[in-house]
Amino acid sequence: MASTLSDSELVARCREGDQQAWADLVERFSRYVYAISVQAFRLSEADAEDVFQEVFARAYEHLDALRDDAAVRPWLAQLTRRLCIDRLRSAARERPTGEEQLDLAGSDETLTMLEEALTVHEALAESPEHCREILDRFFARDESYRTIGEALALPAGTIASRISRCLARLRELLEGRTETDPPSSSG
Amino acid sequence: MTGLDEERLARLISALPPAPEAWVLAAQELPQARAELDEIVARAEADAEFRSRLAADLEAALAADGHEPTPALVHLLRVRFKSK
Repeated sequence: MASTLSDSELVARCREGDQQAWADLVERFSRYVYAISVQAFRLSEADAEDVFQEVFARAYEHLDALRDDAAVRPWLAQLTRRLCIDRLRSAARERPTGEEQLDLAGSDETLTMLEEALTVHEALAESPEHCREILDRFFARDESYRTIGEALALPAGTIASRISRCLARLRELLEGRTETDPPSSSG
Repeated sequence: MTGLDEERLARLISALPPAPEAWVLAAQELPQARAELDEIVARAEADAEFRSRLAADLEAALAADGHEPTPALVHLLRVRFKSK
């Protein structure tokens, strides 16, 4: 079960040495960090894995340096972007054709879209479990109706209508949010 | 958020697939790995034979020394040794 603590509460608990809070923080931001390296910077899986581990290792080491606990999300995003750029620069030095990749990498448009996607996932985490599960399986995990039906013990014929209802509900939830709403869990 | 249609919502959900489970687990194990790290590094600094075994095959040397070579521990050690 994903944590329902706000980002700042989660960071505060990590700082106190709460290992479960750390596991929840990793869970909350793992998709975002992964997507930045693979989608925005188009790193290979091997490079993306190194960046992923490095981001969380540095975050763990330097959590005390974070001035505003609520800013953990942009902090992690910036750290990920920086490490991706380092990785691409190092590849470009070894292999001159890497320059082209470096120019194209990390488009602002993709980064903005991923940030928006994280907000949607945060709202999804606040949705009722039956909606969260089905939307995540269908869209994010790319599972078929059949697989979802088997996993959730649902007749395949009801899945499309449930997805549609849950999307409508998620949309209402997001449209009802204000900028001041605290971020909640994702994962 | 405003101006969301359901097609866009669906695209945004799809944009964040799960990271590979092993990567997530390794990152979640960092606190435990961090505790072992200093002990191993101190021993490697004091013991040349242990240091050369680590350099030859990190995972095997850790296992032989009674440390579980978790992805987090192996990663942290590689980073630590690379920076030296």
